[in-house]
Amino acid sequence: MDEQNWYQSAPFQLAASTFRLAAPLVFAAMGGLLSERAGVINIALEGFMLMGAFAAAVGANHFADPWMGALIAGGVGAAFASIYAVFVIQYRANQIVAGTAMNFLAAGLTPFFCKILFDVSGSTPTLPIAVRFGSEPIWGAWILLALLAWLWRSTSVGLWIRFAGEHPQALDAAGIQVNRIRWASVAASGVLAGLAGATLSVCLSSSFSRSMTAGRGFMALAAVIFGKWRPVPTALACLLFGFLDAVQMRLQGVQIGGVGVPVQFIQILPYIATVIVLAGFIGKSRAPRSLGLPFEKV
Amino acid sequence: MVHNEEFSGKMALSVPALLELRGVSRSFGALRANAEVDLKLEAGTIHGVVGENGAGKSTLMKIAYGMIEPDAGHLLIDGVERSWWRSPREAIQAGIGMVHQHFMLAGPESALDNAILGESRPTGRWSFLPPLLRPLDRKGAIQRLRKLSDEFGFDIDWTAEVETLPVGVQQRLEILKLLDRDARILILDEPTAVLTPQETDELFKNLRKLTRSGRSVVVITHKLREVMQFTDEVTVLRAGRVTARLKTKDTSAEALAEAMVGRKVVLRVEENGKSRTPVSNESVLQVEALTLAAARDNGKPRLNQVSFDVKRGEVVGIAGVEGNGQSELIRALIHPSHADCRTSGQVRLLGVDITHTRDSEIRSLGVSVIPEDRHEEGLLLDRSLEENYLLGLQRDARFSNRGWIKRAQLRTLVNEALEAHDVRPRDAEAKARGLSGGNQQKLVIAREFSRHPKCLIASQPTRGVDVGAIESIHSKILEARSGGTAVLLLSSELDELMGLSDRILVMYEGKFVAEHRRQQGSSPYDERAIGLGMSGVIQ
Amino acid sequence: MNKSDRSWLGRALESLQPILAVLLGLAVGLAFTRFAGESPLHVLKVLYQSAFGSSYDLGMTLFHTTPLIFTGLSVAIAFHAGLFNIGAEGQLIWGALAAAVVGHAFPHLPGVIAPWIAVSAAVIAGAIWGAIPGWLRARRGSHEVINTIMFNFIAAGITSWLVIEPLRNPDTQNPETAPIGEAFLLAPFRVFDDAPVGPAFLLALVAAFLLWLFLNRTSLGYELRAVGQNEHAARTAGIDIARIRIFAMAVAGGLAGLVAVGEVLGNAGRFKVGFSPDYGFMGVAVALLARNHPIGILFAAFLFGALHKGAMDLDLETENVTRDLALVLQACVILSVSAEGAWHWLRRVGSAGKKRG
Repeated sequence: MDEQNWYQSAPFQLAASTFRLAAPLVFAAMGGLLSERAGVINIALEGFMLMGAFAAAVGANHFADPWMGALIAGGVGAAFASIYAVFVIQYRANQIVAGTAMNFLAAGLTPFFCKILFDVSGSTPTLPIAVRFGSEPIWGAWILLALLAWLWRSTSVGLWIRFAGEHPQALDAAGIQVNRIRWASVAASGVLAGLAGATLSVCLSSSFSRSMTAGRGFMALAAVIFGKWRPVPTALACLLFGFLDAVQMRLQGVQIGGVGVPVQFIQILPYIATVIVLAGFIGKSRAPRSLGLPFEKV
Repeated sequence: MVHNEEFSGKMALSVPALLELRGVSRSFGALRANAEVDLKLEAGTIHGVVGENGAGKSTLMKIAYGMIEPDAGHLLIDGVERSWWRSPREAIQAGIGMVHQHFMLAGPESALDNAILGESRPTGRWSFLPPLLRPLDRKGAIQRLRKLSDEFGFDIDWTAEVETLPVGVQQRLEILKLLDRDARILILDEPTAVLTPQETDELFKNLRKLTRSGRSVVVITHKLREVMQFTDEVTVLRAGRVTARLKTKDTSAEALAEAMVGRKVVLRVEENGKSRTPVSNESVLQVEALTLAAARDNGKPRLNQVSFDVKRGEVVGIAGVEGNGQSELIRALIHPSHADCRTSGQVRLLGVDITHTRDSEIRSLGVSVIPEDRHEEGLLLDRSLEENYLLGLQRDARFSNRGWIKRAQLRTLVNEALEAHDVRPRDAEAKARGLSGGNQQKLVIAREFSRHPKCLIASQPTRGVDVGAIESIHSKILEARSGGTAVLLLSSELDELMGLSDRILVMYEGKFVAEHRRQQGSSPYDERAIGLGMSGVIQ
Repeated sequence: MNKSDRSWLGRALESLQPILAVLLGLAVGLAFTRFAGESPLHVLKVLYQSAFGSSYDLGMTLFHTTPLIFTGLSVAIAFHAGLFNIGAEGQLIWGALAAAVVGHAFPHLPGVIAPWIAVSAAVIAGAIWGAIPGWLRARRGSHEVINTIMFNFIAAGITSWLVIEPLRNPDTQNPETAPIGEAFLLAPFRVFDDAPVGPAFLLALVAAFLLWLFLNRTSLGYELRAVGQNEHAARTAGIDIARIRIFAMAVAGGLAGLVAVGEVLGNAGRFKVGFSPDYGFMGVAVALLARNHPIGILFAAFLFGALHKGAMDLDLETENVTRDLALVLQACVILSVSAEGAWHWLRRVGSAGKKRG
């Protein structure tokens, strides 16, 4: 035990797996943030992610290249999100209902196509190590955050997205097409959620498996709310949730004094924390004012 | 684009109008919001567009600004005809700017970010990026805006979040935003609705400065005093049509009022020769030292030690410019338990302390409410007249029995009420949304009067209501008074207050500053004295 | 829009809209089976056979319809009060666990009252789990959509710990509770062969009727709808909107809790972790399709139940299409029904066509 290298020490291992588990959350949460700040509720994040995970596994498998997997995941995410955008923006469908439907669609389509392509509906073939990502997505998540934070604060498009969710009439009055901004934001959230899915299937594990997102899309949404709809706090929330996940995994099956550690309670901490923050017990988390409202001229 | 300097100082007739709208028509479903409206805006002038609520002022201005497309009509800029704007962006590029009644400002964002929204100036170093991704030039913007604000004597903290700024400052921000976009035509929609008299004067002084630099201003309003005092020209709209187009100096407030409402006698409440029944001595509503804390920590209290009472068979009117605490007073009376009402003081109804009573109990003690905004607070627009009539009466013994609604009885009583109050259409199953403003209000009144209230709280009972309905509403209120109801009346129409009230209390900045009692004779109140109180001169 | 300037086509489109939307959604969903090299018509036939082919199949369809009625009603009553209850899943989990625990704890209760006790426990547990987000919305202003989603995960976490640790069935490795007492079991109807359709289905029908009665015939129901229509007007009329909201969410939770009757008392006889294939979210779709009308929910739930059951035989009867097609079909139906703007546009075109013609 004494001969362990520092990177084998428990704290470092815990930190490393925290960052690994946080990476897909960061991608998805940044997507959720874009969409929500532009005024479109995104409970379909889970579905976007699932489509991305599947597309990435298929792409990486076919081209024997994880980057192609990621590329395809982003593209499929964008296309899938665009369907959502058409319904909620063009057709003014209720965003929660349509989001639910998108989650169903993803949960149904992924095993459906999986069966067609690989003749099993449960999971895609295992990817060899060479066709998987190493730590790229983990760095990528934080590079993305930096980029997004800059975009957010310092560019026109960041300003427009913020206004699209807060005061779309003001944006319209300034001569900018609100629904175009919302469209772009939802599509971008599809790309990012797709990358989140790619991180799951091509980095954290070695294949796509049925409903492998396991609520991570909703957890990313929780992180957005926990982070009060701001990029950096949201990413930190992802890190916290990733940490809890890492701890929980480590404690699974561990007995303390003959009793198993109730890891389920660690698993639900992110959700409880989000409820508490939303209720204003610790600071106030205020949603964008026009979140969920379709924009119509006059 | 034409530069502003070209216009400075020139006001000769040969200069074409900055903006001209010809024969503009626009309908929303069956409603003709604008019908063949003409508007001509000369350079360097302040132009008032007046009319009652619903006369089509806002529609016209939204057309001018590209937010609504007209069904027909022509648009001329500098005397040259051009096609209608396809979006506000085109209007902005042509130098038109609009300050909306509800400001187009995002509360949590900084004043600066609000001001530079929608601008896309090239920034040299980053020009290789697509415009979307170029960094915002906040430094340059702040310099430009400071220069502008110095020029007009505005003072704004550019880094502050907009929601922390006072309303008057937010309005200045809106104007500066337009100037920064080189607007030479400024349209202001009801700019003084939220301002104090001082702020109003200040605003028009600033607007005058703008016109001296060659710009033109359109002010949409229904306040004739402001029109007479501050504008150069006036266009009057009634029911979507232009009824007068005048130079301000050639007209009078009375003439404008006539053009606005279309008949000579406005809002003079007829007493039918009957003398008013005397007021009893029994207090129904007693308010003592009611204080409502400010919405924000550092602000002034919204209500400050307000005390008054309303007796049986008395109409007490409350006069005041909108936003001086009247709405807050009503809210504190009918929703004392609401979290937003951090009050101190006491409210008693028929001797019972109701300061901390549940809303539902207050209503069942015999309080009826005609709310200020009937769409927001008075009606279920997508429901039938029958269901709207039931609102608030659903536990009344006439309509329910042990929690079950008596449907047959309800239908009978609703039909009777529609008949008695002349609500059209007389169809209990029609949707409330389909009714005209006057009929909607009559429905509300039918409902609120049906419980024979001991106390009636009526806010703006005739706002947006046609003349015929106004008379019937006024006579219902006086009828209730004769029947012994205590009436608290809040209205922005001074004539209405003076016609109906036995006493008028004048509110200014959350306090009562004067009380006027009804005098015998043809002019029961000193209008000027009330006006002075409302403007804060008397304190 | 006036009645008069709407053509027969426009009106027909409006009244047929849900049916047209369903057909369109199904058609699009079935078209996907082309990718799998199947004939959509063949798949449709399999779906039909599997859902209605025998009295057993019909029974199974009704078995899956039952929980969807409860969750559909749960979503609907919240919706009438202006609230979105995405939390039926969490509420029904608690309801089921409560019924299972009571059924296991008091095995010797007489058969006359035993099921009622279990049903009450399920309702109360669901109601509490629904009332909390209701309270958070009413008193703390936090949005019920997010909260109910969070509460689903919280419920799943806590119950799975309870079932694995203190309430574990010692006789099996599966994450489930010990069986409930004989007296609690509800016998299925004989007409459906061995399909576990029993009193729960009747209870669902009764619940729908009672809810309709409550909403349309009682003062409290009226108040609830008024709050959903226009909370400001309701408040001005003296209605305590906070109490109404908490009440509506509690009833919503209670209705979701009733899922336990069919699943625990009528079928499994115990609580199994993960027994619900997302009945809660399907309830959202059911309520939407029925436009939150309690009686309409019966039909909408039947459709979704039939799709769910119908798809089960796809694995065997077709080469490449799996039962996952049910989710695709349901999603297509929801999307098609939810596209308000598109249908609005169609109606307008319908009306305009008539005017010119």
